[in-house]
Amino acid sequence: MIVAGVDVGSTGAKAVVLDAATGGILGLAEAPTGFSPPKAGEEVLEAALAKAGFARGDVASVVGTGYGRVSLPFAARRVTEITCHARGARHLTPEARCVLDIGGQDSKLIALHADGSVKDFVMNDKCAAGTGRFIQNMAAVLGLDLDEFGAAAARGQPVSLSSMCAVFAETEIIGLTAQGARVDDLAAGILASVARRLKTLTGRVPLVPVLVFTGGLARNPDMTALIAQGLGVELHAPPEAPFAGALGAALIAAETAT
Amino acid sequence: MAFASVERLKTAAEKNPLVVKEAKEKGKKIVGLYCLYSPAEIALAAGAAPMVLCGTRNDSIATAEETLPRNLCPLIKSSYGFAVQGTCPYFSASDIIVADTTCDGKKKMFEYMSEIKPLHLLYLPHGPHLPEARVFWAAEMRRLVERLEKEFGVSIGEDDLAKAIALANRERAALKGLMDLSRQKPAPLSGMTMLELLFKSGFFADKEEIIDMLEEIVAEVSAAPQNGASEGPRVLLTGVPVGMGSHKVVKLIEDAGARVVAFENCTGYKKTLPVATDKPPLEALAERYLATPCSIMSPNTARFDLLDEMIRDFSADAVVDLTWQACHTYNVEAGKVRRFVQDKGLPYLQIETDYSEADTEQLKVRIEAFLEMMH
Repeated sequence: MIVAGVDVGSTGAKAVVLDAATGGILGLAEAPTGFSPPKAGEEVLEAALAKAGFARGDVASVVGTGYGRVSLPFAARRVTEITCHARGARHLTPEARCVLDIGGQDSKLIALHADGSVKDFVMNDKCAAGTGRFIQNMAAVLGLDLDEFGAAAARGQPVSLSSMCAVFAETEIIGLTAQGARVDDLAAGILASVARRLKTLTGRVPLVPVLVFTGGLARNPDMTALIAQGLGVELHAPPEAPFAGALGAALIAAETAT
Repeated sequence: MAFASVERLKTAAEKNPLVVKEAKEKGKKIVGLYCLYSPAEIALAAGAAPMVLCGTRNDSIATAEETLPRNLCPLIKSSYGFAVQGTCPYFSASDIIVADTTCDGKKKMFEYMSEIKPLHLLYLPHGPHLPEARVFWAAEMRRLVERLEKEFGVSIGEDDLAKAIALANRERAALKGLMDLSRQKPAPLSGMTMLELLFKSGFFADKEEIIDMLEEIVAEVSAAPQNGASEGPRVLLTGVPVGMGSHKVVKLIEDAGARVVAFENCTGYKKTLPVATDKPPLEALAERYLATPCSIMSPNTARFDLLDEMIRDFSADAVVDLTWQACHTYNVEAGKVRRFVQDKGLPYLQIETDYSEADTEQLKVRIEAFLEMMH
C-alpha cells in the first residue's frame, strides 16, 4: 500500500510518496506554490507519483499540511506543519530531539519528547526577520539567487547589520553597498543576523541535540553551516530535510490508512 | 443545544442602548467604567447606573491612531477610538467616566479622554500586599464618593453603600453561577456562547434584570439533560480581557476542536470575587478591588492562586495565555505563567496578538499544532 503527504507552504509545494509498510520513500517532488495552492499541491502529488511509478488510484490515503492544507481537495486529513516537520525529521534522524524549520513565512523551533512526539514549539511572530522569505528578499537585493547567496556568504566576513525589519534591512544594505561593502561580507552578515534572530526563539524552546534542520534552506550546505555557526550548535540536515513536512504528512497518512 | 434563557439574554441585550437612553431621559445618571478596579458599587450607591464601556472592536482603532501611538495595546486604542467617534452608546450616555491608573498606556490615554467627558481618575497603588496601599486605596474610594456626591448632588451614606455592595455581590454570584456551568464535563455551553453572555451582561443598566436572566440561564442549563457529546481538550484562557470583537482566539481554539471552559481574566472569573459585608463599606471595597489579580500588580501572586484553583475546578487540559500586543505587564508575566503551568504538567501556549485579522492564518497553525501536541 502506498500513501502520500503533500505540504503546500507559502513559498514551495512538496509531495512525498511512501510505502506505508516499510516507510520507504518512493517518490519526491516539489514546485513553487505560485498563485494557486491547490494546483501546486495537485502538481507535486502527480509528479511524486510519476517518479514512484504509481497512479492516483493506487494511493490509499493523502495527508495535507502547510498553509495551503485547507485547500487540498484530495487530502483525507489535514495536520499542521509543526506536527509534520517533527514527524518527518524524526523519521530521517531517529535521535532527533529538536527541529529547526525555516519556512517561507515563519520559522519554528520544535522540541521533541524522547518518544518523538511534540513537547513544545515556538514560532516567530508577524515579522519577516529570520524567515526564508527574509533571506530570499535580501539575496534579491544583492542580485543573487539562493545558491549564489549561500556561496557568497561562505566566502565573506560577516558585516554587522543592526536591522531586523525587512524594509529597514534593505535600506541598511543599500547604504552599506554605497559605502563600498563587499557582497560576500553582506551575505555573511545577513545570515549571521538571521541566526541571531533565531537565537531569540531558543529562550522558550532550548536547542537540544540532536537538532535537525528542515525547510528549503536545509538543502544548501553553506547556509546550513553558517546558521549552525551563528547558533553555536550542530545542525543535521539530511538530504530529504527540505521534504520533512511532506514526509511527516505521509507518515501520518500511513498510520491512519493501516 | 439551544436554551431559551440564553436567547432571551441575547435579545434583551440588543435593546440596551435604547433602555439606557430612556433611563437617562428620565433623569437617571450614568457612570461609565472601563476596568475591574473601578467600583461599580459607588455608582450604584449614588443612584446612578454603572455601565461597562466599549473597547473590544477593531473598527475604532484607526481613529484612535490619529492621536495615540500605533504601537499601543488594542484595548486602549479601541476604547479611545469609540469615545472619539461617539460610536459607543454607553459612553455617549455617561455623565462621568471613572477610570484608574492601571497601566501606563491607559493612564496617559485617559488624559486625552478627559478632554471629551468629565473623568474621575482613581490612583491605583500597585503593591497589593502593602498595608499603606489599602489605606490609600480606601482614601481613593472616599474621593470617588465625594466626586459623585458633588457631580450628582446626592449624599452617599454607609447604608447606601452597603445596599449597593449586596446588589453587586448578587450579580457576582450570578455570573459565577453562569461560569461554573462549565465545570461540568462536557461543558453544556461553548466558550463562544459563554463569552457572548459575559460580554453582554455588562451592558444592562438594571442590575436586577440581568441577575434574573443569569439565574434563569443557570437554572435552565443545569436542569437540561447532559448531551454527552465529545468536547475536545478543555482549555483555560488566561491573560487580557476579551469581549465580542476581540474574540478571535476563543473562536480559533473552538474551531480547532477544543472547548474554552474557563476564562481567568477580568472579563471572566476575576469579576466574581465578592466584597466583604462585615466591614465598613469603603474599607471592604478597597480591600476587594485591590485584591484583583491583574498583571499591573507587583508581585501578582494572587493570579497564580486563582489559576491553580481554576485549573483544578474546571478540569482544564491546557492553558492558553492571551496577551495583547504592547500590553507589557501581561506579556512580561507570561514567562512566569508558562513556568507555573508547565510545572503542573499542563501544555501552555502564549498568544500575542491584536484585534485585527492579520495573523489569523499563523494563529490557526499555532493553535492547531498546540492541540495536536496533546494527542
